[in-house]
Amino acid sequence: MSLAGQIVNLIAALLLLVSFAMLSQRRVRDLVDLFMIQGALLAAATLVTAVATGQSHLYYSAALTVALKVIVLPLILRRVLRRLALETDVELLINIPTTMLVGIALVVVAFNMAVPISQLAGTITRGALGIALACVLLAFLMMITRRKALAQVVGFLSMENGLFFAATSVTYGMPMVVELGIALDVLVGTFVFGVFFFRIRETFDSLDTSHFEKLKDR
Amino acid sequence: MSPGDLFQQVLEVVIAVFIAPLLVGWVNQCRAWLQNRTGAGIWQPYQVLHKLFRKDAVVAHNASGLFRVTPYIVFASMVLAASLVPMLATALPFAAAADVIALVGLLALARVFMALAAMDVGTAFGSFGARREMLVAALAEPALLMVFFMPALIARSTSLGTIVEALAHRPFVLHPSLAFAAVAFVMVLLAENARIPIDNPTTHLELTMIHEAMILEYSGRHLALMEWAHALKLVIYSTIGIALFLPWGIAEAGDWPGLPLAVLAITLKLLAGGAALAVVESVSAKLRIFRAPEFLASAFLFAVLGVLTHLLLAGRA
Amino acid sequence: MSQFLQSPLSSILGVVAFWLALGTIGVALGRDRDGVRFVYPATALGGALIAWLAGTALGADPVSLVLPLGLPDLPFHLRLDSLSAFFLFLLGLAVTGVSLSAAGYFRAGSSPSPGLTCLQYHVFIAAMVMVILADDAYAFLVAWESMALASYFLVTTDHRHEEIRAAGFLYLVVAHVGAIALLVCFGVLQGQAGSFTFDAMRGVTIAAPWAGVAFSLALVGFGAKAGFLPLHAWLPEAHPAAPSPVSALMSGVMLKTAIYGLLRVTFDLLHTQASAWGVVALVIGLVTALFGVMFAAVQTDMKRLLAYSSIENVGVVLGAIGLAIVFRAHGMASLAALSLVAALYHCLNHAVVKSLLFSATGAVLHATDQRSLGRLGGLIHRMPWVAWLALVGALSLAGLPPLNGFVSEWLLLQSFLFSPDIPDGYLRMLVPLATAALVLAAAFAAYVMVKFYGVVFLGQPREPSLETAHDAGPWERAGLVFLAVWCVLLGLFPALVIRRIDAVTVQLLGEGLGDAATRDWLFLTPMATERASYGPALFLAVIASAVLATFAYVRVRHHGRLRRAPAWDCGYPAQTARMQDTAEGFGQPVKQIFEPFFRIERVIPDPFDRAPRYWSKTEDRLWYWLYLPVARLVAAVSAQVARLQHGRIQWYLVYSFVTLLALLIFIRL
Repeated sequence: MSLAGQIVNLIAALLLLVSFAMLSQRRVRDLVDLFMIQGALLAAATLVTAVATGQSHLYYSAALTVALKVIVLPLILRRVLRRLALETDVELLINIPTTMLVGIALVVVAFNMAVPISQLAGTITRGALGIALACVLLAFLMMITRRKALAQVVGFLSMENGLFFAATSVTYGMPMVVELGIALDVLVGTFVFGVFFFRIRETFDSLDTSHFEKLKDR
Repeated sequence: MSPGDLFQQVLEVVIAVFIAPLLVGWVNQCRAWLQNRTGAGIWQPYQVLHKLFRKDAVVAHNASGLFRVTPYIVFASMVLAASLVPMLATALPFAAAADVIALVGLLALARVFMALAAMDVGTAFGSFGARREMLVAALAEPALLMVFFMPALIARSTSLGTIVEALAHRPFVLHPSLAFAAVAFVMVLLAENARIPIDNPTTHLELTMIHEAMILEYSGRHLALMEWAHALKLVIYSTIGIALFLPWGIAEAGDWPGLPLAVLAITLKLLAGGAALAVVESVSAKLRIFRAPEFLASAFLFAVLGVLTHLLLAGRA
Repeated sequence: MSQFLQSPLSSILGVVAFWLALGTIGVALGRDRDGVRFVYPATALGGALIAWLAGTALGADPVSLVLPLGLPDLPFHLRLDSLSAFFLFLLGLAVTGVSLSAAGYFRAGSSPSPGLTCLQYHVFIAAMVMVILADDAYAFLVAWESMALASYFLVTTDHRHEEIRAAGFLYLVVAHVGAIALLVCFGVLQGQAGSFTFDAMRGVTIAAPWAGVAFSLALVGFGAKAGFLPLHAWLPEAHPAAPSPVSALMSGVMLKTAIYGLLRVTFDLLHTQASAWGVVALVIGLVTALFGVMFAAVQTDMKRLLAYSSIENVGVVLGAIGLAIVFRAHGMASLAALSLVAALYHCLNHAVVKSLLFSATGAVLHATDQRSLGRLGGLIHRMPWVAWLALVGALSLAGLPPLNGFVSEWLLLQSFLFSPDIPDGYLRMLVPLATAALVLAAAFAAYVMVKFYGVVFLGQPREPSLETAHDAGPWERAGLVFLAVWCVLLGLFPALVIRRIDAVTVQLLGEGLGDAATRDWLFLTPMATERASYGPALFLAVIASAVLATFAYVRVRHHGRLRRAPAWDCGYPAQTARMQDTAEGFGQPVKQIFEPFFRIERVIPDPFDRAPRYWSKTEDRLWYWLYLPVARLVAAVSAQVARLQHGRIQWYLVYSFVTLLALLIFIRL
């Protein structure tokens, strides 16, 4: 395997590691930090692929990732955290070891699902597809197991990271237009979420999503 | 087994045994600096050992022979363990007697004796220390084994010398799964060496201590041996970590000119590792005892995940 | 005739006859407790003889024999091959050690009729020998049922207690569910082979679906005896109920006869194995192991704790067998041999260690009349012999080098490490998880053993009466020493043992570990030296010399002064034995971590309660999920059946009449 391929594989493993770290994290603030690291890793992976393959649009894509996911979004999220003065610990629905066990099962499934697709792909980084898929599933799992809405936003964003990585590893990235569109979507989505947080807290005095059960019609 | 190899082996063990207090002194000094204290100096542990060896051993009335023999067994186990870990060179004649699995078993042997000795006097602290230690170990030990399995899979051998040779001297290949192993290993190292966030080596606050509670009844030469063995354990874990994850610079079998370089390399790595340990301990808070299993379960699962990643990525390469 | 006497098979039969005679002598001696006691050393002699004979038969050509007993057209076929020789060896060792200590145990046991117990004991061990020797389905089942019945009567020796009768009943029910499964299993095999002899079954290759059915039935049938999940419920009830030597034999040997049967059916009678069977066995085995060790950690009765630990160990053995099946199915015979050797070695270790520990609990029970861990403690001072010998067993069961428990664990981990070569994707990923489960179980086994040993033998005595506990008598010491010495030997010279065991793998798999594994008697190198090696004797030598060197260093360089004083305990002056950690305390973290697996009832007193009482009970969820529903179903069905009973003779005649008519019509069709 080429050096670039090895580095991308290493970064892929680190991404998976970060995903699991997110699963095992109780604090929202640390979740945001981890999200930032994930973004940086993603940018690094894109950059390495760009250098290895000489595809210029990947450079832009890497720069965009850094700007959006390492700088802007974490800033917004931290601001929201401060403004909302969130308690530090996230309440979990399931305890952490169990969540991680489920996570491991998801990884096994994801890898086996990815085998046929990655055999079709001819890119240097096709081995990483399974990991990308696993990252998406793990982010989903994190959204399920957390109570605080903010953790769910981070999960959502991290899911997008997984998708993005899948795209890079299988097809050397999506067309620029699509990528810009997604970036914009994510940004807008975060703003919308931000607005929602304040509304939610005004209504329920808490960001605990289990309060939503009260919204049911009786 | 050539005489040269045997000499190297003995040299390694002697060095490990005698620098062990120094490493502890260094970590404590770094911690002191980080906490804006002057610190006691890096030679302090030697002075403590010397003091303890000179004092009479005071043993509880109802302590049995097991209590008195345990410090020697624990210390001897650690010496044997030190002889199994490649520190300067990968040629270790004793290593044929025990591979990584046996090394984990050896550490477990020392721990079980320590726990039994703690229960021997029959005080409240001793027995709860033993219970907590065994609980921490029951989760950390599998994690350590799984950490070892990954390089063992890469090198297709469970002999530590072969593993390190494979990692250090073969063509450069990045092993993504080692990242998981490294994280898990650091977590295990913290737990097994009674460090924050699992235990606090400087506490004598009853409700929080684990390791200190176990050796509470020891004094004099027995305590000195226990403390020394504990310091040696830190050296063993550090050198294992260095050998697995930063093996560059280690000398191959029969490579005498490489030895000075290896000594330099290991010195720098241990200094850096000790400082890093001090930083980790200074920035983190001790976990409640019931968060500790969560911490260790995470370490264990990280290690398992590393093995999985290895199988998956290697299977396709 | 002289040839008949020389063959090891007939000598073993001679020992069986001798044992039965001893049992009869026991009955004849009746209530003369001292007379009956001295039957047991003779039993031990027979055990040693069997172990020796079996040892020589390992690797020799199979010997067969037809006894003029049994059905007219199906006499008892017996056969002594390497597989049965191995299990006979294990049986012989355990019986020798246990019978020696039984001579001490039964000196004042609570058994109401020592003579009868003596007979049952001998029938039990004789039946186990016959199970291992049987070479046709009929002889096998006769021996199997005799073993089950004899052990049932032994479990209910102390039948005046309600709970012991209940334990015996549960044991009998599960044993019979298992026996039915075995009956059907042999029926399936017979249907394909056309004969009930194992020889005929060996001769035919059965179609895959039928082979699968036979394997599943064997797994259920033998699983009920071995205590695989979910058929384990009888084990922790029956083992503590029985007298200690019997618990030792049930745990040490009877569970192994089930393993023997499973190996016999899977590898000897069936010729092809599907990978899926292996996966099933691996998963059940490891789940059983984890379950057993978790429940062992929360027990408060020392014999129940050991019983759960037996469940754990049997689970590990099943896991190893499962791995062997997987390897075999993928054509990796040498790896299959490695895991099978691990399974067999583990059987041997567990037989010796569990016999040792159960005999030690027998001695403790004798000296203190206590089984509850909450009322023991500090026995190392009063019973040094038992305590130090039990330490060997506890360390060995905790899987610590250089004792024997570690060897089989090491072998099994080695075979797990080689499993990434399996071509199947999902399976390859199952392996790290299985390894993780195995090492977790092994690590918790150490936790359990520290709890067991620490609470029983160390600390301060928790009851004043323990101050007068007496050490074991000479017979018990002899038995314990015998077993402990074997623990050490099996741990120190594994290569020599494996050289013998290899004959079994060659018989079952057609391929063994070969010379490479056993060339060097000092080092264990299952594959190649640079891949893995373990030299326990050298290991022990280095530790021992390091201990001596340290001791000499401290003495010469410093001093050996020692003072005795009250315990320090952070300066707390008024410490009592009740402040020590209890068995419940030791179980509490495990309960907390693995809470979902337990069914816990707690009563926690109110802070203002004048007479506070804390009370908690930990139970097996499976009991409520599986056993009670089944019991209720059976009760409901039998209530329906009971409607047929009217008590009027006419109705019964009508039933018979209708049945007769129906049968006649059926035959006509």
